[in-house]
Amino acid sequence: MNDSGKAYWSATLGLLTKVLIVWFLVSFGAGILFADALNSISLGGYPLGFWFAQQGSIYIFVVLIFYYAKKMGEIDRRFDVHEE
Amino acid sequence: MDLQTITYLVVGASFALYIGIAIWARAGSTSEFYVAGGNVSPVMNGMATAADWMSAASFISMAGLISNMGYGGALFLMGWTGGYVLLAMLLAPYLRKFGKFTVPQFIGDRFYSKSASTVAVLCLLTASITYIIGQMTGVGVAFSRFLGVSSETGIYVGMGIVFVYAVFGGMKGITYTQVAQYIVLILAYTIPAIFISLQLTGNPIPQLGLGSSLVGHDVSLLTKLDSVVTDLGFGKYTTSLPGSKLNMFLYTLSLMIGTAGLPHVIMRFFTVPKVSDARLSAGWALIFIAILYTTAPAVAAMAKMNLIRTITPGVVMQDANPYAADSQIKGDERPDWMRRWEKTGLLKWEDKNGDGRIQYYNDATKNPEVLKNAAAAGWKGNELTVNADIIVLANPEIALLPNWVIALVAAGGLAAALSTAAGLLMAISSAVSHDLVKNIFMPNISEKNELLTGKISMAVAIVISGYLGLNPPGFAAGTVALAFGIAASSLFPAIMMGIFSKKMNKEGAIAGMLAGLFVTLFYVFAAKGIFFIKGTGYLDLIGGPNSFFGVTPEAFGAVGALVNFVVAYLVDKVTKEPPEHIQALVESVRIPRGAKAVDGAH
Repeated sequence: MNDSGKAYWSATLGLLTKVLIVWFLVSFGAGILFADALNSISLGGYPLGFWFAQQGSIYIFVVLIFYYAKKMGEIDRRFDVHEE
Repeated sequence: MDLQTITYLVVGASFALYIGIAIWARAGSTSEFYVAGGNVSPVMNGMATAADWMSAASFISMAGLISNMGYGGALFLMGWTGGYVLLAMLLAPYLRKFGKFTVPQFIGDRFYSKSASTVAVLCLLTASITYIIGQMTGVGVAFSRFLGVSSETGIYVGMGIVFVYAVFGGMKGITYTQVAQYIVLILAYTIPAIFISLQLTGNPIPQLGLGSSLVGHDVSLLTKLDSVVTDLGFGKYTTSLPGSKLNMFLYTLSLMIGTAGLPHVIMRFFTVPKVSDARLSAGWALIFIAILYTTAPAVAAMAKMNLIRTITPGVVMQDANPYAADSQIKGDERPDWMRRWEKTGLLKWEDKNGDGRIQYYNDATKNPEVLKNAAAAGWKGNELTVNADIIVLANPEIALLPNWVIALVAAGGLAAALSTAAGLLMAISSAVSHDLVKNIFMPNISEKNELLTGKISMAVAIVISGYLGLNPPGFAAGTVALAFGIAASSLFPAIMMGIFSKKMNKEGAIAGMLAGLFVTLFYVFAAKGIFFIKGTGYLDLIGGPNSFFGVTPEAFGAVGALVNFVVAYLVDKVTKEPPEHIQALVESVRIPRGAKAVDGAH
């Protein structure tokens, strides 16, 4: 793999890591591990931990995928490996 | 018009639509048969993926399970959606770039080994066939309850419909019927939820209704539900856990990894024109799935509320004491829907204390307050059992909604089961015709004959799954756990390492897949019997139920995946590197440029 190829792959992995951290924090973090603590805060009629587990994490997953698709498109073009 | 007639009309109309699409979308080439010609738009594919993914379990069972489990039910919600993030970033775009028809073909080519592809075919077939049994029984249940025919007749009709569009249309027919089925099922799911949310909270959007106050009260629905269910001895709704936190954590993770590794979902991403479309399409799929998955928790909580309101009418809205002598309804005056569901055996009332009234509470509770109240009121145990599966199906009846809504729910349940069954059949038939017949037995088969083989294996798969639906091997309920366990512990790690590690070789991949699969099956079979045959479990051998840190068999897939990764890594270290051209293949899979139409060439 040439240098540009290596840089492209490390940019990809960098984006992936960022997205996976958020993915983990909202579901396993806020929805499970810290749910009890967050439940003392309320969001409308929802205890916050419960909201993350049954609603919020799903909304954030959707946002994450579109964010990933957009950023990947930018990375593809920056390294000139996008599809014609 | 009576309910039966309307139901026949609505379900009949939906079936006519599917058949119409089937006639329009016949497959003429292997490319159309396996990947719908490879030119499905990302939004359309997203919708088809959503229908493909959301099975009878999502539509019929999930809200009922959440209703019983409360907070802990979130493991299904997060597990079955979070997997799409993994799919979108780790697998789908790269497999699309690879550009072949099937998942085992990727594993076979990447690990330059027919044994690897055969192991993948076996995993795929086991996962898909076990999964499809549940769909067929779902079709049977929906038919027998709503259309007044036996569940056998229901399964035959279901097989006939799937046969028409799957055999003649292949992936092309399936894709466009799935789009139609998505629309039917999402309307069927959300319309009753909107009505119910309005009735209980005055807010038409169920996702917001769940966080609102009850009509005419300034207490939120969830707070009220928490207090009502704890009064009756159930766990507090917003915090009750399935086992331990660790178990919930691993269960969620297993479902996520399993979701990303299920072949019938992955192969939907072979139908889009470009790599960038595969990424986007996963996002669209998740939007369409999220509409149902964020409604489900509202349906679950509101159904629980409505059920308690039905049995003890004053408790929810007028704060009456559930233990007061005349709080519970008289058995003779129970609503019609209860009588209708009693016939199916999914709902049972047994007047244990002979007072002619229905008592619904958790008699296994440890809460002394509840036990004291129940004893003082002369209650002799819980008298009402409600199967989780009827929560969604009976929901419109419980909330006294008009007949056309009930008919729509019937059509929706059937759409969910049929669309998933078709996707699974597609995965099965392409594995048989492409990966076994073409790849292993008859490499020189002509395209025309391969297409014919595909159609024949589809037809055979339909007959087998119909047979299994008619004669469920007594373990239908446990099978979904098995499908996810297999996908998580064998397929997902192998595909991921194939993309993210250039140096992973065939010895490592095969050893990893077999080790992950073996460990998972070993743990599941210990609890549930070898191939789910009763009495063949060997729990003593592993030290009792859930002996691995209290992890349930359903949650074990993530552990299997970890074993897979570790074994593959160790074996890879002591065997020789993959050849140069394989490493070049991995590099080319990683970049989008040069993606071509998906084909079956070797």
